[in-house]
Amino acid sequence: MTVFEYAPAPESRSIVTLRSHYGLFVDGEFTDGGGTPLKTVNPATEEVLGEVAVGTDADVDRAVRAARKAFTRVWGPMRPADRGKYLFRIARLLQERAREFAVLETLDNGKPITESRDVDVPLAAAHFFYHAGWADKLEHAGLGPAPRPLGVAGQVIPWNFPLLMLAWKVAPALAAGNTVVLKPAETTPLTALLFAEVCQQADLPPGVVNIVTGAGDTGRAVVEHADVDKVAFTGSTEVGKQIARSVAGTRKSLTLELGGKAANIVFDDAPIDQAVEGVVRGIFFNQGHVCCAGSRLLVQESVHDELVASLQRRIGTLRVGDPLDKNTDVGAINSPEQLARIRELVGIGEAEGAQVWQPDGELPERGNWFKPTVFTDVTPAHRIARDEVFGPVLSVLTFRTPDEAVAKANNTTYGLSAGIWSEKGSRILAVADQLRAGVVWANTFNQFDPTSPFGGYKQSGYGREGGRTGLRAYLKES
Amino acid sequence: MTHVLDPTAPGRPVAPGAPDAFADVTRSDAAFRAFLHGLPGVDQVGAEARAAQLGTRSIKTTAKAWAIDTAISMVDLTTLEGADTPGRVRSLAAKARRPDPADGSCPQVAAVCVYGDLAGVARDALAGTGIHTAAVATAFPSGRASREVKLADVRDAVAGGADEIDMVIDRGAFLSGRYLDVFDEVVAVKEACGDAHLKVILETGELRTYDAVRRASWLAMLAGGDFIKTSTGKVSPAATLPVCLVMLEAVRDFRAATGTQVGVKPAGGIRTTKDAIKHLVMINEVAGPDWLDPVWFRFGASSLLDDLLLQRQKLRTGHYSGPDHVSVV
Repeated sequence: MTVFEYAPAPESRSIVTLRSHYGLFVDGEFTDGGGTPLKTVNPATEEVLGEVAVGTDADVDRAVRAARKAFTRVWGPMRPADRGKYLFRIARLLQERAREFAVLETLDNGKPITESRDVDVPLAAAHFFYHAGWADKLEHAGLGPAPRPLGVAGQVIPWNFPLLMLAWKVAPALAAGNTVVLKPAETTPLTALLFAEVCQQADLPPGVVNIVTGAGDTGRAVVEHADVDKVAFTGSTEVGKQIARSVAGTRKSLTLELGGKAANIVFDDAPIDQAVEGVVRGIFFNQGHVCCAGSRLLVQESVHDELVASLQRRIGTLRVGDPLDKNTDVGAINSPEQLARIRELVGIGEAEGAQVWQPDGELPERGNWFKPTVFTDVTPAHRIARDEVFGPVLSVLTFRTPDEAVAKANNTTYGLSAGIWSEKGSRILAVADQLRAGVVWANTFNQFDPTSPFGGYKQSGYGREGGRTGLRAYLKES
Repeated sequence: MTHVLDPTAPGRPVAPGAPDAFADVTRSDAAFRAFLHGLPGVDQVGAEARAAQLGTRSIKTTAKAWAIDTAISMVDLTTLEGADTPGRVRSLAAKARRPDPADGSCPQVAAVCVYGDLAGVARDALAGTGIHTAAVATAFPSGRASREVKLADVRDAVAGGADEIDMVIDRGAFLSGRYLDVFDEVVAVKEACGDAHLKVILETGELRTYDAVRRASWLAMLAGGDFIKTSTGKVSPAATLPVCLVMLEAVRDFRAATGTQVGVKPAGGIRTTKDAIKHLVMINEVAGPDWLDPVWFRFGASSLLDDLLLQRQKLRTGHYSGPDHVSVV
């Protein structure tokens, strides 16, 4: 048998200039933070990329004051068309500096360069372009003839799509006329700080965007600050609940985009080869660090064996390793903490009697790595069928009838997304109608677009991001 | 019901010598139609996305050098023009033997592909090289002739010296649902081929849908085709990556189900090294490395070889030469 070995094809990191120290971005300037700086690490190599300032309560207060001043004096009163011009400018700058953003995102997060290059950065730019167009058309948002911005938005985002989640938060907020104080995740702050440079480059008025780095305490300071009008959070359900509690009883409005345990339902009349691709993309995209990941495969019993065999063959071709290599499909796990969490749940899955399968192949010695993993013989009672793993771990369950598929798919405390695979259009529509999930994909998975609202049911949170519906989170009716 | 397994995949080995699971599906028109229509559908958007994704693999340095040589060894160097002459065929044969006159380490191609009346000329010019002589037959490219004429065409080409026959299926019959007619014709052609290998051209540009491509692939394999081939090169679109993807899935599934390995030949429209490498990546990751061999994969092409040679020279010398550094035919 001939072996076609792909030679290493690393993306050059020379386009990125790393600094030894990164400050907070407040009122248009980079400044030191009051806290003890954090180190941000490349999860694929354990190399320290730089020291990042940590914002204290006082730093957050400065940022909120700057945002308030900018809202009252500059951004709020600005002609909507002019706000749109700034957003278009930011979008173009993101495109111009796309390679720099992609490489930096991959260094800081561990995701494959193909994903940061082809998904994260282009989608982030697309969100700014889309919302730039809305800036002077808000009277068509369905919120009355002259909807008004809320004021200062405090936004806390996760580490799985650092730049893209920033774009999902910042673009609609600014388009609607709000100003923002954004807290990136502690393990992935670098692209947000590069975005701050883009704001400077675009001559965005000082204080419109403020970025305060740090860990949980900094995030709490942002959420609990008395002069914040709106809180938007994407992250774990556990932290989301804490935020909901702390916001309760205040005037702040709140949107939460939390965890998920999505069902990817494959019927026996599915386009099998494409379903296999969709299942792989659904759970191994971004190492499974995706809140809407298709982590529960529900497959009709009549095609279970062949689907699992095809899936295993396909997973055997996934290339796990150096995220900067342009042929890598699965990169590094973002942090040792997340890796420990994945290992713990996989251990529980094995202990509960599910059959674990992983492909052959070696993992790199340094860094945080976990092999693509498939559990079969999983039942709805297993922890790995109920808890969000947030890693490259798929649980395979079976069903016999469409009713059973719907019942099992909905049997979760989450409700963010779901997938349906069938060549029968009427079945897709009937099943989608019964699924309690914010996004239902048909014969595809993990497709994102700024025009399409995204958000959850139940413990996956509330509020929508993207599309006309998403503007609602940043506007009040006139 | 008919999606089948890879015997090498864990858990479901297929015993060698297992009875042919599909022996009776051609017992009647109704049975054959039910079988072909029961093959899993192909989602167009998903198949095209997968093909595009495989096209983004980055094949550099040593991998590229290996891929270029492998691709050269898979070329069916083709001339199918009304103006073909014995002289042109001999010139093509000379190029097939020694694609790069300046570099003896360059592999020779797999076959020379001509019209049937020139098969003897090609055969003589290629004697002793191991390069095969392929001839198109069965009223190529339209296939619009009676079965007697088509079979005579095949016998004539084989008698003339062809060791590979590239036939066209009756697309009219296929599209009107007369699958058994098409099947019977392939069986008859296979018989007329004798020892010659049979490549079955589906003319996917006329079948239009990926579902039809999958059905035609299974039909051709069940009828005994040694290769399934995308196109004549006379219809646009000819070979595309998603079509090749569907056909590679078909041969992979067919081997898993029957133990019989069938080759794949995309033809027409593949002109650049980049395109050829995308196909090699697709073979590697879809059908598997077993197909990375001229016995199981061919490129039907004429101008592709020149680009492969130019890229090969570039890798060796570090600079691009030019069209005068490859021989014209």
